Amino acid sequence: MNMMSEAAVEKALDQKMNAVPFKMIGKDVSVYYGEKRALFDVNLNVRENTVTALIGPSGCGKSTFLRTLNRMNDTIDNCRVMGKITLDEDDIYDPSIDVVELRARVGMVFQKPNPFPKSIYENVSYGPKIHGLARSKADFDQIVEQSLQKAGLWNEVKDRLHEPGTGLSGGQQQRLCIARAVAVSPEVILMDEPCSALDPIATAKVEELIHELRTNFTIVIVTHSMQQAARVSQRTAMFHLGNLVEENDTDKMFTNPDDQRTQDYIMGRFG
Amino acid sequence: MTEIVSSSSPAFVRPTAARRDIGIKRRYAAERRFRAYGMAAIVIGLFFLFVLLWTVISNGYTAFQQTTITLPIEFAEKVIDPKNERAANPSKLMTANYPLLVRDALVKALGIDPKNRAEVKKATEMVSASARMQLRDIVIANPSVIGTTVNVSLLAEGNIDSANKGQIDLAVEESKRKVSDQKIGWMKTLTDSGAMTKEFNTGIFTFGASSRPEAAGIGVAALGSLYMMLIVLALALPIGVAASIYLEEFAPKNRLTDLIEVNINNLAAVPSIVYGLLGLSIFINFAGMPRSAALVGGLVLTLMTLPTIIIATRAALKAVPPSIRSAALGLGASKMQTIFHHVLPLAMPGVLTGTIIGLAHALGETAPLLLIGMVAFVVDYPGSPMEPSTALPVQIYMWANEAERAFVERTSGAIIILLIFLVVMNLGAILLRRRFERRW
Amino acid sequence: MNTSLILLLILIVGFAAYLAGRSRAIATSNGKLSVLHSLPGYHGTYAAICAIIPATIVLAVWAIAAPAYIDSAVRNALPQTVLSQGAATSELALGQVKSVANGLNLLDDAELAALNNGSANLRDVLAAKGVPLAGEGEAYMVKSAAQFNQMTATSRVLMAVVVLLISAAGAVFALRGISAPFRARNQVERVMLWTLMLASSIAILTTIGIVGSMLSEAIRFFNSVSPASFFFGTVWDPRFAAAGSEATQGQFGLLPLLAGTLYIAFVAMLFAVPIGLFAAIYMSEYARPGVRSIAKPLLEILAGIPTIVYGFFALVTVGPFLRDISAQLNGLVTGNYVSFIQAQSVLTAGIVMGIMLIPFVSSLSDDIITQVPRALRDGSLGLGATRSETIKKVVLPAALPGIVGALLLTASRAVGETMIVVLAAGVAARMQLNPFEAMTTVTVKIVNQLTGDLEFNSPQTLVAFALGITLFCITLCLNIYALYIVRKYREQYE
Repeated sequence: MNMMSEAAVEKALDQKMNAVPFKMIGKDVSVYYGEKRALFDVNLNVRENTVTALIGPSGCGKSTFLRTLNRMNDTIDNCRVMGKITLDEDDIYDPSIDVVELRARVGMVFQKPNPFPKSIYENVSYGPKIHGLARSKADFDQIVEQSLQKAGLWNEVKDRLHEPGTGLSGGQQQRLCIARAVAVSPEVILMDEPCSALDPIATAKVEELIHELRTNFTIVIVTHSMQQAARVSQRTAMFHLGNLVEENDTDKMFTNPDDQRTQDYIMGRFG
Repeated sequence: MTEIVSSSSPAFVRPTAARRDIGIKRRYAAERRFRAYGMAAIVIGLFFLFVLLWTVISNGYTAFQQTTITLPIEFAEKVIDPKNERAANPSKLMTANYPLLVRDALVKALGIDPKNRAEVKKATEMVSASARMQLRDIVIANPSVIGTTVNVSLLAEGNIDSANKGQIDLAVEESKRKVSDQKIGWMKTLTDSGAMTKEFNTGIFTFGASSRPEAAGIGVAALGSLYMMLIVLALALPIGVAASIYLEEFAPKNRLTDLIEVNINNLAAVPSIVYGLLGLSIFINFAGMPRSAALVGGLVLTLMTLPTIIIATRAALKAVPPSIRSAALGLGASKMQTIFHHVLPLAMPGVLTGTIIGLAHALGETAPLLLIGMVAFVVDYPGSPMEPSTALPVQIYMWANEAERAFVERTSGAIIILLIFLVVMNLGAILLRRRFERRW
Repeated sequence: MNTSLILLLILIVGFAAYLAGRSRAIATSNGKLSVLHSLPGYHGTYAAICAIIPATIVLAVWAIAAPAYIDSAVRNALPQTVLSQGAATSELALGQVKSVANGLNLLDDAELAALNNGSANLRDVLAAKGVPLAGEGEAYMVKSAAQFNQMTATSRVLMAVVVLLISAAGAVFALRGISAPFRARNQVERVMLWTLMLASSIAILTTIGIVGSMLSEAIRFFNSVSPASFFFGTVWDPRFAAAGSEATQGQFGLLPLLAGTLYIAFVAMLFAVPIGLFAAIYMSEYARPGVRSIAKPLLEILAGIPTIVYGFFALVTVGPFLRDISAQLNGLVTGNYVSFIQAQSVLTAGIVMGIMLIPFVSSLSDDIITQVPRALRDGSLGLGATRSETIKKVVLPAALPGIVGALLLTASRAVGETMIVVLAAGVAARMQLNPFEAMTTVTVKIVNQLTGDLEFNSPQTLVAFALGITLFCITLCLNIYALYIVRKYREQYE
């Protein structure tokens, strides 16, 4: 009985989710740092206009997986990635795919706010400028305003756009970094523990922002906090020791996970 | 289980949308250009290094060979001491007409008519004027040689030496070159008879200053440099270490120590010639020390090297982790004991590396020495640091100002020797660092 | 008894005090060292310090003060006729008295007696002993000289006695104080601390010495040449005045030298900055570790080569090369094979100095660039910037203050460089803009004015110190400002 009902629930969920296409597909993804293997054949798909949260104890490989999605691992010496990851239909590790173009489509927000030591305006306009997305001053003004609005920062900074971005508070800096990523109009935004350096009020603002951004972007977020995953995401993936343990709808994951380890982690038995 | 969730869902992927144009081609061209500039910069730098070393080595390696003419010299009594006065007045031996002995031997070897004054004069030009001193020293060392005939290797004159090494272009018209056809003929005669040979040039290591390139060497200058290095080592190392220990471990953090810090960093970047002015004014004019003395040079170089050693030592002290200090202090050692028993020994490789690099720098320094009168024509080895002496780089400077081809060769040869010293010192520093490098 | 012998005796007393102190401390402990507050070695060292240091200080003070005291005593005892002629005359007389005194020491009793009863000529007697006298000796000089000799001898004996007594007293004082609870280690360490402080004060003393000595000599220069004509003069022509013609002192205009210095430094920077900066960027951002570990030390060899070698390189290679190639170029264009670049020129000196500066620029900038945090690079790369865009738009702007500091330090080195310009730039002091002609620099002129035999009090030599202090001030400003911004930059990213 129980088994049946569970299968039925799963089917219903699948059908709901099936309406949402995959944006990125990871197949048998393994990562090595030199001799050390950090990820073991991970198969994980990211759905469009969905917030996917990656959770797990520290050192479980969730950040490593996130960084494979826009090839930020390329900047680390002796890091090798095996397996296949596609964005839409493109294999992003295919030699024909250009990493610059990829990153223009898959933006990233980092753990610690890292605004450039330039003005707020220049921080946001930097991406569009290097990619040639705007020509005239008016275009730039528009992009900057829209991006800052999407990041919920416009009202706080509109009078001091030409002051240095490093002068903002931590939470504002992180939203500036999100605005900076949004300004490139990527298809996917990766967020690597974006709230870990922020206080609770700033965290709440960023979470609210993530929720709104979902309508326009596909978001993958690494988080330490299970509550945060539950609050912001629709899908959750649980990593442990470099393995993907379980991937599921967030609601199901936090109420009735399939895997014992997920259950233990969510109950706080390890982590 | 993971598989179930992911793969049970049908792979439903949206086809790739039309790409945005983000100028990839143009941007990658810029990227390649930028990268090429960087590579070109390194190549240019290395190219100059290569050309510089090539200039020195190609000009200088021949300096380690010297043409000599071995002649059977008859130490005739009638020439050296015609009136047989040497027992009564030994100074007669100092002033005897030694060149005449050379001339006679040379005339015999070349088969020239001794009555042909002009030709005889030309022939004697082929032997260095230093032959006089060489023969004199032989006779004075052993007066019993008078009356016998001995084979003596005499230095060939500078131009003959150059010609013998093939550095003089014989295709040039005779009147425009320094060695006449006649002399070249004689050179051939001497070479064929085995009298003229090229030998390893020990003179460049032992001789002092001379206006004749074949008799000039760096021996005296090197001794001056050695004195100075010893003074620098004896003063700069202990003072530098003591100063660093105070500044790093004891000094309170206040305006004064800040000032000292800035001051030391500035001293490390003060032009070296300023130290020369300081030495001239304080050590020579005020304290009345002798001009041209290695002592003054050593003191000036000490002041110049101190900042380097202090900076290196402070960095080495800083790198010793606080846990070592806490451990020693926790056992009841005094702060002084902690530093001298534990911290300083651990920092010593860094200190010595800094010291060697500072010394190498001081060894190559020229400008301040010019001002304290070390541009001196010093023929004899200085017996003490108080006597007039010169230094290796200053000797190079003086030779560089000489016009003769043979001096260019000597200069390059001296530079090679100086560079070898520097390479050895720097390699020593690197090995020391490798051998004792610690990662905490 | 001379000073070094006394010093040796003090050291012997000190060593004896050390041994005595040690054994006394061991004796005090009755075989149980743990009852002592300090180890026996510290007690010994304390005794040695007490024996050596006060005595040495007294010795030093005495050795400096006594001659001055004797001089003034002898000078005051000179006949009224000499003293009334003013300070210069009595100074001269004192000098003669000293050489007479020196000569008197060489005479035997009979000759002394002959001198004293006036039967022998002072000058001739001394000349026979190899002591030349500048003027005719006068009768009073023998008396003064005898007084001088006697005072010197007394002072020596007194000094030896006093100093050795102090040394012995110090040793006895320390040895009597030895007891189990005595804190000898703390005393010794206090002395060590003072020694360390003294050592670190040498750095400050050096700066004071530089500024003080150059300033005092420069002021003497400005007594004969007005500062305005030095700092704003446009002609450098320090003729060595012919004897008697006081009017033609020559002109000491700083501007042509300063112009040459700055021009050559500018050419050198123009050459070194792009190469050094690009090399640093390539090394820190692109090069694989293998390439970096070879190319970096190779480039740094350039920094270890003495500048005299660069000077020689300019003299025998670069100068003639530029001269010949300019002749060839001229010939190709105009058919007239005359070189338009002189072998000694601004360009030659600038290029060779530029080569020397490449490693300075590159290693300083490399340090600065690698300090830019990785997060900034990631931020830019994560947005899809290429590496060169990241460097140009994010890394370099962030590193800019530090790089400016590094370049200022390099410029300071270029301004103060001596040997390259001495051999490659020429000695003609002119103001012109053609980089193919020779110009000269401040440092070249310092060397020119101070080498060779010269009298020290003429403006021709003293001008070197005025040039020196100018050079010191320029480099001081550059260094301090550069160090300040580099430090601020470091703090920003620490």
